[in-house]
Amino acid sequence: MKRREFLKKTSMLTAGTILPMSLIEVAFADEPDGSKSGENFTFAVISDAHLQQIKGTKFVRNWDMGLKKAVAECNLMDPKPDFILFGGDLGQLGKAAEIDHGAEILSALRSPVKMMLGEHDYYLDLGEHWMNRFGDPYYSFDHKGVHIVVLNSILVDEKWTNKWKDPMERMQTMAGLDDPNGSPFMVGLQQRQWLKKDLENISKDTPIIVFSHSPLQKLYKGWNFWTDDAELVQDILKPFKKVNVIYAHVHQIQYNKIGNIAFNSVMSTAWPWPYPETYSQETHYMPKMTIEMNRADPFFERDATGWQMIDVHSGRVDFNFQLPNNKNRTVAYNEKTKQPEDMEFQKEQIPPQTHY
Amino acid sequence: MKILKMILLSTLGLYMTSMLQADEFTQKDLDLWMAEYKIVVKEGRKVFTDPKLGTNTVTCNECHPNATNTHPETYPKFQKQLGKVATMAEMVNWCIANPLEGKKMALDDQRMTALIAYITWERRGVKLEPGKH
Repeated sequence: MKRREFLKKTSMLTAGTILPMSLIEVAFADEPDGSKSGENFTFAVISDAHLQQIKGTKFVRNWDMGLKKAVAECNLMDPKPDFILFGGDLGQLGKAAEIDHGAEILSALRSPVKMMLGEHDYYLDLGEHWMNRFGDPYYSFDHKGVHIVVLNSILVDEKWTNKWKDPMERMQTMAGLDDPNGSPFMVGLQQRQWLKKDLENISKDTPIIVFSHSPLQKLYKGWNFWTDDAELVQDILKPFKKVNVIYAHVHQIQYNKIGNIAFNSVMSTAWPWPYPETYSQETHYMPKMTIEMNRADPFFERDATGWQMIDVHSGRVDFNFQLPNNKNRTVAYNEKTKQPEDMEFQKEQIPPQTHY
Repeated sequence: MKILKMILLSTLGLYMTSMLQADEFTQKDLDLWMAEYKIVVKEGRKVFTDPKLGTNTVTCNECHPNATNTHPETYPKFQKQLGKVATMAEMVNWCIANPLEGKKMALDDQRMTALIAYITWERRGVKLEPGKH
């Protein structure tokens, strides 16, 4: 894989610091003369900022810094990403003040921004303020021959949603990742029907990228690394030859493949989460292929947070993770094995990456 | 006389045995003590999720769901960032002072005891590995 110019530039600019996002390249087959296809493009994902209001105009400094840094880094990229997707959880407790504060920071981005909803943006007012600011929570668009779908995957059943007298109590319960009174996420029937219809006239050869906040697969229910109707959504995507699901929520690097569907997760700009297998009291279902991030150093505030730049090529996506306190990593689609793989570490686990 | 002595001795023996038995734990004792511990574990979970523990509303479980990545079984251990061998309570205080921007508490503060009771409960069954990184 050819590294893009901006990678060199950003690594020079930010030596010894953290880059809080991911850049993703979507590439098509190179031209016969070896030059890059004009259809290749890159976009960036910034996600899980969790801006947290303390009081009035005071917000948690640490989380603010993560998002501001991601925005600054994105603006420095060359070539500019075609668009930047924000992966959800802009606020921590869904407050208008948090969402507006986030919108203000994101407004500095110099590329078109697409928004996705996370549970932290939703469960206070059921997304009312977020939708007023950013529009529909699920939609699709086409970009350079790729069909791109953004889902709202953080819905739960109505009984749970409506059982709370106090919306803040509902929000706080859902905001606690490990709160046993939460409820499993789902895409829901209405959106599944919409998705089916949306894909009806799309050729089965068209590459598809689906963004969802929660993983569209079942990894660990206890922390909602989970979507209850994941298989039903996967069934809708199955007939397409090249499907890429990119999800947020998990604050860590994960990747795997189910059938034609390649899965990649993105990191958070705010804080990293431990991998589910580190919870010794429960079983987990982490994808076996994933080479995990190092355990975070709590003394280095931005460690294990990040953003990602994504290359789209041949209808598949490559992820470039910026890990300031560690070697940067690339999880790219390997055309030989037909799997997303870490370009450097796939064959060997590195000792410090032991999680327990 | 001999018989009387023997009877006396054996009575004394029985008495002593029953004294020993009185010192054994009954199931009732064990249940009571576990219940007391669980009360403190529950209290610890409250402190662990209390936005008022620090000054910036950040809670422990934001970064440590189910107290993961706290590794109580590895303390005391050398923390290079603190430059010494530290106990878990000292590391908890570091978290309170930094990510939570709060005031460190006394090491025997009831809330500290509760926090450690909760963190350790979430890690029950994992073998002790002092010093491990």
